[in-house]
Amino acid sequence: MNAKQKKNFARILIAAILLIALNFVEISGVGKFFAYLVPYLIVGYDILLKALHGLKNLRAFDESLLMTIATLGAFALAIYEDGDYNEAVSVMLFYQIGEWFQSYAVGKSRKNISELMDIRPDYANVETDDGLEQVDPDDVEIGTVIIVQPGEKIPIDGVIVEGSSTLNTVALTGESLPREVSIGAEVISGCINLNGVLKIRTTKEFGESTASKILELVEDASSRKSKSENFIAKFARIYTPVVVICAGALAIIPPIFSGDWETWIYRALIFLVISCPCALVISIPLSFFAGIGGASREGILIKGSNFLETLSKVKTVVMDKTGTLTRGNFEVDAVHSKNLNFDAEKLLHLAAHVERYSTHPIANSLRKAYPNERDDCTVEGVEEISGRGIRAKINGQIVSVGNEKFMDEVGAKFVHCHKVGTVIHIAVNGEYAGHVVISDAIKPHAKEAVAEMKSAGVEKIFMLTGDSEKIAAKVATELDIKNYRSELLPADKVTEFEKILSASSGKVAFVGDGINDAPVLSRADVGIAMGALGSDAAIEAADVVLMDDDPLKISRAIKISRKCLAIVKQNIFFAIGVKILCLILGAIGLANMWAAIFADVGVMILAVLNAIRSLIIPK
Amino acid sequence: MKKTYKIDVDCANCANLMETETKKTVGVKDAVVNFMTLKMKVEFEDGVDAKEIMGRVRENCKKVERDCEIFL
Repeated sequence: MNAKQKKNFARILIAAILLIALNFVEISGVGKFFAYLVPYLIVGYDILLKALHGLKNLRAFDESLLMTIATLGAFALAIYEDGDYNEAVSVMLFYQIGEWFQSYAVGKSRKNISELMDIRPDYANVETDDGLEQVDPDDVEIGTVIIVQPGEKIPIDGVIVEGSSTLNTVALTGESLPREVSIGAEVISGCINLNGVLKIRTTKEFGESTASKILELVEDASSRKSKSENFIAKFARIYTPVVVICAGALAIIPPIFSGDWETWIYRALIFLVISCPCALVISIPLSFFAGIGGASREGILIKGSNFLETLSKVKTVVMDKTGTLTRGNFEVDAVHSKNLNFDAEKLLHLAAHVERYSTHPIANSLRKAYPNERDDCTVEGVEEISGRGIRAKINGQIVSVGNEKFMDEVGAKFVHCHKVGTVIHIAVNGEYAGHVVISDAIKPHAKEAVAEMKSAGVEKIFMLTGDSEKIAAKVATELDIKNYRSELLPADKVTEFEKILSASSGKVAFVGDGINDAPVLSRADVGIAMGALGSDAAIEAADVVLMDDDPLKISRAIKISRKCLAIVKQNIFFAIGVKILCLILGAIGLANMWAAIFADVGVMILAVLNAIRSLIIPK
Repeated sequence: MKKTYKIDVDCANCANLMETETKKTVGVKDAVVNFMTLKMKVEFEDGVDAKEIMGRVRENCKKVERDCEIFL
């Protein structure tokens, strides 16, 4: 509670106790009126002042003014009738309770959500002559060496110049995957240093560092308002005047015919109490804010309430293959020996030797499959034959590693492989030894991710790839994706995507790695970039950013958005519904002032509590 | 030119009223008031003095909501 909330809480408490006490005291007449005026003024004096202010500025539909008229009206009626002032004081009391609760709940969720996003480092350690000094990270210049102790957050992006450690990226990705780092590694702010002391030379300013950028993005997100928010803002602008005019009509027109002034004025006052639009207005931005905050804890950054809204309407998801569904790096998938003298292990051994000096991605994957390549074998005369492969002399034997053409040239009788992928043949002294199949591995969660998306209500899933038909077909079947387009050049991807876009009825999302598919990302209703941690370009281009590269997060994001929008709809219908119901019941005399208070304050409290549910992430 | 200001306001509807008033102020091209983060983004017309305009924005906002504050 802040000072203002504490003060108002005390006012509410005192007024409530006074009001209850007064009911047990025997007083009547003028004395009673003044006695009840005390709690009324204690709890409502600021509203009266605001009402005067509104009157001075000719604001007929000022909330405080309406509340003042309603309560003063109730007082007047009570004087005229039975002298029961409880209702008048209570309306003001409950109105203030509502205001207090709103302020408290919003302040609390503001704090909760910013704590969720607590990746902002407060200080940086800089080495000076007197030892370590904690400075404001804003003051650290590029190129400064900062020291990060175990348990501390890395404050600024940089490169490690001394030390090695394990980093935890949970605050950024929502996934607690420890990452080993050592000298020369680029590290990003927001990660927590788990064990070793690190010296880091900063490569960016604090404001440009990953943690600051992400925070800014999430905070700005709720400024991009959704359609629901704009609708409710417009509705509120019309709603209050309409209800107030109805109240005026109710107070004057029926009594002209029937004459029962008290009853109709009482009903008009009920209208004034219900005319306050706050319950509607508060719960919608709060729901979005909570939804965006909850998602960011999971490593899903949604760049605007409007995107959260669109995401919830996604019926079609178009995915890039490489880097999204597959790892995007090549791995040895199979080794087939075709010569009794060379088993699989030996084949890999020879291939890795031959590829020792090559930087080609295929060479990398071969070396990775045989980790301790540099043994005591002699490797000499390495010769790269462009478009064919590599040849080298290993322990005196000539080993040729390459494609089918290369095998033809060295006279080796190669066999075709039944597996899909890039096939690397190996021949020793011109005699065929076997082959290695290299393919892009499917991500561990990819299949689950596709199934989850379908269960989250995505009707159509497409896969686009520049790869060959054969590889695309294999991946699609394995992942149970029925629609795919293969052998697409980057420009084809855009036209292919546009075709899908124009053929779909619902919203279309595109998921890519954000690096070379920016044009498609921007064309989509919602562009989702994966594995964007540390990639500014991807964060820039997309509407939704998945910090790590787990495809399961796509369905998670969709589920979060659906839940959030469901809550928004519940709140809109519930709040408007209850208000209209109470208005109708009030007009025909079935609802009294207490019902009006519920329609105003009760609905607001329920709507706020419901909105906070958006923070809880659906699994 | 766009600038962001911190604000203080108690209710969501008042924040919307502030947004409407700010947009109506001469010299302001567009404005967004974010009640959840208590921030106001104002886009000014070309070649105006932001400080002077914000003074008027603050005055106009105070008219609709006495309790609000814009930290200039």
